Amino acid sequence: MVGDGAVGDGAVGDGAVGDGVVGNGAAPPLLALREVSKSFGAVRALDRVDLDVPAGQVTALVGDNGAGKSSLIKTVAGLWSPDAGHIRWNGRTVVLRSPKDAEKLGITTIYQDLALCDNLDIVQNMFLGHEPRRFGVLDEAAMELASRNTLRELAVTSVRSIRQPVASLSGGQRQSVAVAKAVMARAQLVIMDEPTAALGVSQTQQVLDLIARLSTQGVAVLMISHNLNDVFEVADRIAVLHLGRMVATGPAADLDRQSVVELMTTGTRAVRGG
Amino acid sequence: MTVPPASGPGTDPPVGQQVAEPEPDVLTVAPVAGGEVVADSLGEYLRGWWARIKGGDSGVLPILAGLVIIVVIFQSQQSVFLSSGNIVNLLTQAAVFVLLGLAEIFALVLSEIDLSTGYVAGVGAMIIAELLASPNNWPWWGAVVVGLAVTAAIGALQGTLITRLKLPSFIVTLAGLLGWQGVLIWLADVDKAAVGGVVRVSDPVVYNLVNGTMSPVAGWVTLVVVVGLYAAVTLGRSVRRRRHGLTTPPLSITIATIALVAAVGIALVAICNVNRGALVVLQGVPWVVPFVVAVVVAWSWLLAKTRTGRYMYAIGANPEAARRAGINVARVRTFGFLMCSLTAGLAGLVYESRLGSIATDIDGGTLVLYAVAAAVIGGASLFGGRGKPVHALLGGVVIAAVYNGLGLLGVTAAGQDMATALVLLAAVTVDSLVRRRGSTA
Repeated sequence: MVGDGAVGDGAVGDGAVGDGVVGNGAAPPLLALREVSKSFGAVRALDRVDLDVPAGQVTALVGDNGAGKSSLIKTVAGLWSPDAGHIRWNGRTVVLRSPKDAEKLGITTIYQDLALCDNLDIVQNMFLGHEPRRFGVLDEAAMELASRNTLRELAVTSVRSIRQPVASLSGGQRQSVAVAKAVMARAQLVIMDEPTAALGVSQTQQVLDLIARLSTQGVAVLMISHNLNDVFEVADRIAVLHLGRMVATGPAADLDRQSVVELMTTGTRAVRGG
Repeated sequence: MTVPPASGPGTDPPVGQQVAEPEPDVLTVAPVAGGEVVADSLGEYLRGWWARIKGGDSGVLPILAGLVIIVVIFQSQQSVFLSSGNIVNLLTQAAVFVLLGLAEIFALVLSEIDLSTGYVAGVGAMIIAELLASPNNWPWWGAVVVGLAVTAAIGALQGTLITRLKLPSFIVTLAGLLGWQGVLIWLADVDKAAVGGVVRVSDPVVYNLVNGTMSPVAGWVTLVVVVGLYAAVTLGRSVRRRRHGLTTPPLSITIATIALVAAVGIALVAICNVNRGALVVLQGVPWVVPFVVAVVVAWSWLLAKTRTGRYMYAIGANPEAARRAGINVARVRTFGFLMCSLTAGLAGLVYESRLGSIATDIDGGTLVLYAVAAAVIGGASLFGGRGKPVHALLGGVVIAAVYNGLGLLGVTAAGQDMATALVLLAAVTVDSLVRRRGSTA
């Protein structure tokens, strides 16, 4: 990845946390949403949303129920097109008509159900739909080696054997497999929907470490989370949605827990020097 | 505002593609060195095997154990049971059950059911018999190809209805159960060769599929070739994988498996080569045995080594995941139903070969229940995503053994049915228990 985590760091977050528009620095962010709107009948799910997701950083998307988090990631995942506004990928405006379009760009979405097949083993799950073949026959050796390397790069070492069925894995391990699958598919942006919901303390830690490692490898991570502990532990940037509007985006360092909670619940926060 | 904040222990500054320092491994409850445990030692392999059993993948051991128990019980009650003549008889009885069970495997793996296989087998058999009989007098291969093509088309039709119109397979194939029986009767009605709904099969090739035997020497030669190929392939794969440092069962297990296959094969050929004729010499392996083994091997290859096979398992377990992985779910499922009906056509071929005729009174309704029973007794799961051709092979042999043994003991048909029901219930109970344990692991 070009520029790694240093993408436009000087330019991002020009202090105007409340408005959220990011100044265009030298290198454009990997993904940029501009004035994106989406309505369902009378309901305005997304209202002129701006969002930057730079490569090599973890961007946390927070908001109360119904704030539009799911609508936003479904837009980026290509499940539907926005009514207005546009999406830029590496500075270039793109139109995502289907999840396939998003996938082609390198956007992988990991939903809460993880989309794993319990009866298949880790290797088989990681290559599902993209199996390499030799002479028309599944190339198990290539798959196993590549899976092993990817898991090792991500420092996922807790699985006993990569040939064990996914059904026998813990929640954190399953999440790890889903992430590794995304990495294997050369994802440049991984969207994770509540990755730590339903996980215990140690497993949550494992997944957060994994997310951090993912971003150090140059991958952009867009993570939806309710858990502010997780957000502040792992996120480089935080974006707050309130009733379909982006009420704040900026480096996590500029925000504290109290103001994020205020932004999530009221859409504004007490004025302070920032 | 400037550099990404180091707000947590996980957010190291970017260091390119390398993860320089060893990461703290937080959650490892039972850390085993490395992500790539190559099961080199026998102990490690056995532990992994035990973990798989606990994880819901019990393999074929329960059914093998059950088969041994059944054989011991019947042999202790009736010494004819393990005689050469009876074992050959049992194998030919089992062939139809095995092939129908094999057909059902395709449906079960997809988490579907096909209730029509019995009468699809009947329709295929009737078409083959009518093409062979006068006035058509087709060569055997032409009749067989057309008969199997028709069964495959039936499967494609049913599969299309199920996948494109999103109808439940239970209902579509229930309609097939009724409808194809009607087609079978209609075929016999319009055909002059059918006398009272019966068409005789006099073609020597089709008739000898079950009733003809290989010469004793040919039997041994075939065995040596088959076991030799099996050993070469498995050993070769084991050595190759070991060289690449991939997960491989220990060599001792591989060799033991080969030895077991060889022993079973030798016993089979030796038993079949005993003269079982009373007046004339009758010996040799019935052709249907290598035929069924070949189908089992071919379908195993399809399911285990090709993308289509892999996708069938994925769809059976989690169709949504398969869809998101870019798999054309409708096409793969339709193909599964096609394979199911095609295999039923093979069962119909063996059925008419064994009887030397095909009649409209073929009990397709009961046959399909045996088919499901064979697959489930063998270890396929009714809940989808789990099942291999070898399961149908073992399950079909178990059903045939139960019927054969009870028949030898003079148990009535009523008793035979009840006993089979108990075996089926026992098998499903094992399946359900294993599954429950697997899902909570």
